[in-house]
Amino acid sequence: MSSRDLILGRVRRALADVPRDDTPYEQAIERGYLREHGGRSVEQTVDLLAENLADYRALVHRCAADELAPTIAGLLAGHGSTSVVLPAGLDAQWLAASEVTRVPDRAEGTSGELDRVDSVVTACALAIAETGTLVLDGGPDQGRRRITLVPDHHICVVRVPDQVVSSVPQALARLDPTRPLTWISGPSATSDIELDRVEGVHGPRTLEVVLVSGE
Amino acid sequence: MSGGTFVGMPAFPKAAHEAVNNPTLRGNLRHATHTIRAKRAVAVAELDDWAALREAGKQIKDHTLRHLDRYLVQLEESVTAAGGIVHWAADADEANRIVTDLVKMTGESEVVKVKSMATQEIGLNEALEAEGIHAYETDLAELIVQLGKDRPSHILVPAIHRNRGEIRDIFAREMGEWGRPAPEGLTDTPAELAEAARLHLREKFLRAKVGISGANFMVAETGTLMVVESEGNGRMCLTLPETLISVVGIEKIVPTWQDLEVFLQTLPRSSTAERMNPYTSMWTGITDEDGPQTFHLVLIDNGRTDTLADEVGRQALRCIRCSACLNVCPVYERAGGHAYGSVYPGPIGAILSPQLRGTASEIDASLPYASSLCGACYEVCPVAIDIPEVLVHLRERIAEGGPVTREGNKVVLKPAKGHAAERAAMRAARWAFSHPGALRTGQRLASRTRRFHPRSLPGPGKAWSDTRDLPTVPAEPFRDWWQRTHGGKDTDK
Ligand code: SF4
Repeated sequence: MSSRDLILGRVRRALADVPRDDTPYEQAIERGYLREHGGRSVEQTVDLLAENLADYRALVHRCAADELAPTIAGLLAGHGSTSVVLPAGLDAQWLAASEVTRVPDRAEGTSGELDRVDSVVTACALAIAETGTLVLDGGPDQGRRRITLVPDHHICVVRVPDQVVSSVPQALARLDPTRPLTWISGPSATSDIELDRVEGVHGPRTLEVVLVSGE
Repeated sequence: MSGGTFVGMPAFPKAAHEAVNNPTLRGNLRHATHTIRAKRAVAVAELDDWAALREAGKQIKDHTLRHLDRYLVQLEESVTAAGGIVHWAADADEANRIVTDLVKMTGESEVVKVKSMATQEIGLNEALEAEGIHAYETDLAELIVQLGKDRPSHILVPAIHRNRGEIRDIFAREMGEWGRPAPEGLTDTPAELAEAARLHLREKFLRAKVGISGANFMVAETGTLMVVESEGNGRMCLTLPETLISVVGIEKIVPTWQDLEVFLQTLPRSSTAERMNPYTSMWTGITDEDGPQTFHLVLIDNGRTDTLADEVGRQALRCIRCSACLNVCPVYERAGGHAYGSVYPGPIGAILSPQLRGTASEIDASLPYASSLCGACYEVCPVAIDIPEVLVHLRERIAEGGPVTREGNKVVLKPAKGHAAERAAMRAARWAFSHPGALRTGQRLASRTRRFHPRSLPGPGKAWSDTRDLPTVPAEPFRDWWQRTHGGKDTDK
């Protein structure tokens, strides 16, 4: 007998007490919890996102659409970056004001090459206000997962208010599970040494979020 | 037997006794558990629907367990459809064999690993080492444990028993042996220690061809696996290697994508007391030109179906490994994680290990006594596992014997030899419960916080168990038991 059949057989015998007409999934779970916590206007939701991002030590910047290119250029310069990796589908205009060396996100590229790049600029799939979370889904303006992992400086652009949801339940409803998803809430951190929170073990140690409005 | 009790592990009371005599360990543990405990309370209080989320989490897990065969088959289909390859392992040895063979097929002799209880449970690192494959732990705490040739002592913060000075010494001494040495003049500030780990591990991530992980959840409907973490080492292991092997217990399933909305709210707040942990990765099979192009999922039983067969004990399989129960447990705080003799310490370990492994060994038979039945673990559990209820159930079975399932077979356990006194205690407790007045005067069994559920007792207790408001805690407190079995040599004042 295969282990598959062995295990499934054991499971079925273990569940001999469960009646055939056991409550079906749809009725077995009471979803009495909230779809979002508290009522907020659109502006308040964006403010909460900014607040929660900052609470987990992301650096938050806000600008209008026509200020985005200079804002990004300023952040790259401020970090002292000389190179930046860009997803293939990122709006070229976003980098129009910066002179730094562009590194394309290529399948053939190696992690070692990425390790020598200073920064990465991406968009996101959505952001969650209540938890201060950015979600990336590997879309054309976000690129492969590794580009937001290996470089030490990540600039992530969120279009507000369109890309902002209030809560985790609202976020899941909007996301596509077949895509590779990365949820980011503040820069990489550890509390493994006497529970002191230390930023930056393996992911980017600096996370900058640009909330851009009126695009 | 791999995956069994840590070899030479003393039974709980002895190990606990050693721990309470170690002032550094006790100091570290106390600081750690009290810090997380306070933070968790704040994070949970932020959500006014906590009780409803907890109930939904319980129901999702219960429903899944009651139809586990169906959801396992569905999961296998969805993972396969998304390009993954599913393997089934009945026990630790088989799981280790499967993973070892998969690694060998890649021709690699080293792998990077992200912290996983399941792979610790089966003793995977040791099994790989025996075949000449070196497994690098990449979680900072696991690295501390691995470099310190130590064992983890907490689910979430495995090096909770080490302070910064000890960590500095371990890094300075050991890193060079394994790869990039610690920087000259390394001090004991957490930021410098984290930097040393970053540099040491980065070279390993960049050259790794095989990653090994567990998973916090698997979605039957979509075939999605999810890993929550803080440091980014998980993302490294899940995305940089060409081959990813995930080793996951069969109970980690949820039926639908929507179900994650519950656990993504309760898990981070219960474990690290955060609104959300820094990184969560979700992947469904393989994605063209992004991340590993070969994905294996190894589903392990290793005692889970035996646990499932116990109608009272099966609720332990709802556990989402948040470790909240450890941080509130007065016994854990004093005894430390190592005393539990398994990768699952604290209250959850006390009910899970004896079910996964059986109660043949002295340590496993003593674990259900590693509790004062105060009920704090139940109060904080985000899936409402009634740990005291299961503890009492297991105590009774150890003392009285009874039917259990081992490796899929029903067997009848004899009353444990050394537990004759337990049987007397059990009988005395029953007598107390049948005489509510006597119970009230000896209030020590009662808990301040826990709501008792009336329940009928098997065996001789049955006759009077119809009494209304019968509490379900018929056993002596840990402290009494410890004193009795140690002749009052309890130095923990
Ligand atoms: S038993 Fe409950 S509280 Fe303890 S680790 Fe598991 S889920 Fe968390």
